[in-house]
Amino acid sequence: MSFSVTEATTRQKWMAGTLVILYAVISLIPLVWILMTGLKTPPDSISYPPKVMFEPSLEGYVNLFTTRTRVSKETLESLPPPANFAEEIVRNRDMVIAGPSKFGQRFMNSVIIGFGSTFLSVFLGTLAAYAFSRFRIPLADDLLFFILSTRMMPPIAVAIPIFLMYRNIGLSDTHLGMILLYTAVNISLAVWLLKGFIDEIPREYEEAALIDGYTRFQAFYKVVLPQAATGIASTAIFCLIFAWNEYAFAVLLTSGTAQTAPPFIPTIIGVGGLDWPAVAAGATLFLIPVMIFTIMLRKHLLRGITFGAVRK
Amino acid sequence: MSEKTAERVANATPVHIARKIKGLSDRTIAWIFVGPTIFLLLAINIFPLIWTVNLSFTNFKANRINRAIDYVGLRNYERILTDTDVWLSMQATAHFLFWTIFFQVLIGFTLAWLINKKFKGNDLWTTIIVLPMMLSPAVVGNFWTFLYQPQIGLFNYVVAFLTGRDASSFEMLGSVDLAPWSIVIVDTWMWTPFVMLICLAGLRSIPDYIYEAAEVDRASKLRQFFTITIPMVLPFLMLAVLFRGIENFKMFDLVVQLTGGGPGSTTELASIHLKREAFEKWRTGYSSALAIILFVTVFGLASIYVKALNKVKGK
Amino acid sequence: MRILKLATAGALALSAASFANTAQAEDLTLCWAAWDPANALVELSKEFEAESGHKMSFEFVPWPNFADRILNELNSGGKLCDLLIGDSQWIGGGAENGHYVKLNDFFDKENISMGDFADATVYAYSTWPKGTPNYYALPAMGDANGWFYRKDWFARDDIRKAFKEETGRELGEPKTQKELLEIAQFFQEREIDGQKVYGAAIFTERGSEGITMGVTGALYPWGFKYENTPGKYDMEGAVNSPEAVEALEFYKELYKTATPPGYTNSYMGESLDAFKSGQVAMAMNWFAFFPGLYADPNTGGDKIDFFVNPPQNTEGSTLGGQGISVVAYSDKQDAALEYIKWFAQPDVQAKWWGLGGYSAHNSVLNDPGFKDSAPFAGDFLLAMQNVKDFWQEPAYAELLLAMQKRLHDYIVADKGTAQEALDLLVEDWTEVFQDEGKL
Repeated sequence: MSFSVTEATTRQKWMAGTLVILYAVISLIPLVWILMTGLKTPPDSISYPPKVMFEPSLEGYVNLFTTRTRVSKETLESLPPPANFAEEIVRNRDMVIAGPSKFGQRFMNSVIIGFGSTFLSVFLGTLAAYAFSRFRIPLADDLLFFILSTRMMPPIAVAIPIFLMYRNIGLSDTHLGMILLYTAVNISLAVWLLKGFIDEIPREYEEAALIDGYTRFQAFYKVVLPQAATGIASTAIFCLIFAWNEYAFAVLLTSGTAQTAPPFIPTIIGVGGLDWPAVAAGATLFLIPVMIFTIMLRKHLLRGITFGAVRK
Repeated sequence: MSEKTAERVANATPVHIARKIKGLSDRTIAWIFVGPTIFLLLAINIFPLIWTVNLSFTNFKANRINRAIDYVGLRNYERILTDTDVWLSMQATAHFLFWTIFFQVLIGFTLAWLINKKFKGNDLWTTIIVLPMMLSPAVVGNFWTFLYQPQIGLFNYVVAFLTGRDASSFEMLGSVDLAPWSIVIVDTWMWTPFVMLICLAGLRSIPDYIYEAAEVDRASKLRQFFTITIPMVLPFLMLAVLFRGIENFKMFDLVVQLTGGGPGSTTELASIHLKREAFEKWRTGYSSALAIILFVTVFGLASIYVKALNKVKGK
Repeated sequence: MRILKLATAGALALSAASFANTAQAEDLTLCWAAWDPANALVELSKEFEAESGHKMSFEFVPWPNFADRILNELNSGGKLCDLLIGDSQWIGGGAENGHYVKLNDFFDKENISMGDFADATVYAYSTWPKGTPNYYALPAMGDANGWFYRKDWFARDDIRKAFKEETGRELGEPKTQKELLEIAQFFQEREIDGQKVYGAAIFTERGSEGITMGVTGALYPWGFKYENTPGKYDMEGAVNSPEAVEALEFYKELYKTATPPGYTNSYMGESLDAFKSGQVAMAMNWFAFFPGLYADPNTGGDKIDFFVNPPQNTEGSTLGGQGISVVAYSDKQDAALEYIKWFAQPDVQAKWWGLGGYSAHNSVLNDPGFKDSAPFAGDFLLAMQNVKDFWQEPAYAELLLAMQKRLHDYIVADKGTAQEALDLLVEDWTEVFQDEGKL
């Protein structure tokens, strides 16, 4: 190992590492607490002092996926024995399962709208990014800036006319309406990111293909797309995460049919007493996919969050 | 600008190749490729914006379809600018903006600086630290209300444990003094990693030879920090501040879930105020005017800031 | 002649449509708040499904989001709900903006008489303009804000003795608002069975309607009026009367000196939680929750009892409750009307009460056995005699949000005085009515 003035000493590294790890651990506590609360029983979740050691229970998850009604002791005793663990947990609270909750449906809405809008924004974004990267487009800088500036609007401000527009054309509370809206919001990110990725692909490749008799479209399809695959994939994940997490539009423009999980999860609490384990269970299921994506994305994270303004 | 033009010329397909391309001309393809995006943005961003401007001069209420719509000129704007509640919400926004950026820059930069010491496993820990910012602010913010419960919340318990105070003696979300800080804490927790990542990129962009040269000149480590590290990272840091500034000016989901603007109107940020006017009181005309004012403010501030940023970059 | 032709064509089309609709089984969605009575309604509706062949789906929204989300849905002309059990204050907007179907012709055709329902509920839940025979809903659920307390604590000798020593009175259900405050203060931070308990859980929620519903529970007994002359919107001197100021100061004292810590933004769920977890001696909440509270395995049964909102200068309780309406944007209005027709039947109403829903039907309420059918049934009848409701104007949301802000600013955020809060409220409301062209 060669000596370098910029290389930190072992002691410095050790101290820096300790401090960073300390911060990381502290900042993880709220997330770990969500995970733990989801596995507590409701009484355990609100005990004081807060319980770190507890007997895990699936009650939160059962409550998340079901609606329940309280029944009298007599009715309870007259019922046949519980068919599964969920029924057993519910009966211990003098209740019976009345049916499924809306959580599954809302989660599916998140999936449909998330993937739908991601596909559309990446599809349109790739085309536009390619054009901006390779062709001479009049007013290109202004157009690119215009595309970016649409992100500066507070969502509530955009939501007012969108609300009126959707009301008039019947797109309120529909999957299509939300997909179009999220696409419009995401496309600026997609264009900027993808333009950066495509700029990095040497144009000589396509030019060679064009000289070989490929049409421009074939060159784009057969040469550029495969080269841009990683960039497209990470752009897609960023779009998906945005659509997945979005709250303001969802809360204002959907009420049931197309409502996604973020406006729904906080309302789980209000059903039959303050049920924090059910909220935490919903949050856990909702957050875990994003955590996995974040780890997959770590190489491109910086670029994604800065619209491609900073590249490593 | 001239540099940009040059770049664009360089970007265009060389003539000798362009002549040989089969099929549709590049010009046509360019418009086919860009067209849908522009169309979508016009339909879902620009047309609504123009409509909002138009609405802002009316007394329209979206929940009263049968009521006549009158043009009221600048009255909505006049009302907003003389409304103390609007000014209070702008003050709350400014407080939130200033302190979140302050803490995020301070902690974010420090973390980046520490991570740049390249200790073993720094990649792994960086990824872990980044997690909070990728999560849904609404869902996580909602859960923080639980952590902030005076009787049973983990946050209060930890503070009580460390300070010896009674855990139920202070209300992070319910008291006028603490609520503005409670939202700053959660936002800082969520978004410090953002500033950290950008600073890290800045630190890593500084070539080693600059430090080596300084070392030859026998400049102290402290001096190196202030004459090399800080100035070189500054453009990155300013970029991070720009992003956080715009985002937090628009802040809605996290704070709505945490305090809902309360207690009273202590944490009623501009976006929350706008939401109340637009979608709870349904004063569509009035709130359109407010939306325009907010948009112009953020756009104006951002433009001034970008100019400053370019100056720093130019140095 | 032409008119006649049109009318016949219309009638034909209508009958054809209704024939087509009754012939096919519909999937109806009923929207309401997510709370105990909603579960009871699901149970009750199974009978309707069996009788009619229609399938019932439900969309229950938690109270803090209920108004926000459902009004948003109505204002966007959404088709999510065919039937809506909407809050009493929405009736003005529902009628004037055409969200609700007017039910008069349907009532006439089906021989449903509003005379069969308690007058106060018809007035509050069904009519717009108020008190006129224009019906936009059928009273579905009577409700008012009431109180419940730990009967077991109130009966304990050591506690009774301590109370007598402190106040010179016997501990019992409060007969006035001020007695209520005294009892709540007595219990505040008292140790009972090794646990620190608090006086009372009250409504302080900021976002929807919570604190207004709580404070009006003090305002009405002090004799609060919205207008000096009904229908004139002359609020100066009524809304900010000395009595109103006193009542508001009273509520703040109750909040500051006799509620558990952290209840700065609490509504129904928090009140239930505080009581069920054994933290408070008393709590306010809607009668709708009382059956569930009484059935609670830990704090129900012989540990709980109920009382009507105590009087001060006069009797008065805050009205809750809802009527059931058909949403004008629904494609399945005929099937929805069928549901209302079924729901209005006396025997269905009796079952409704049996399951925990507060029927407003006279055949249920006037039944001699009603008073003793539940420990809170008598209190319910009493409360419903003196209920008052918030504005039901089409501009209700603006009026409510202004009051939420002024009250929360004063009570929780300690801004200004009670007089200032109410003066500001008069200003806010005056502005709203000016915009409405009513002033």
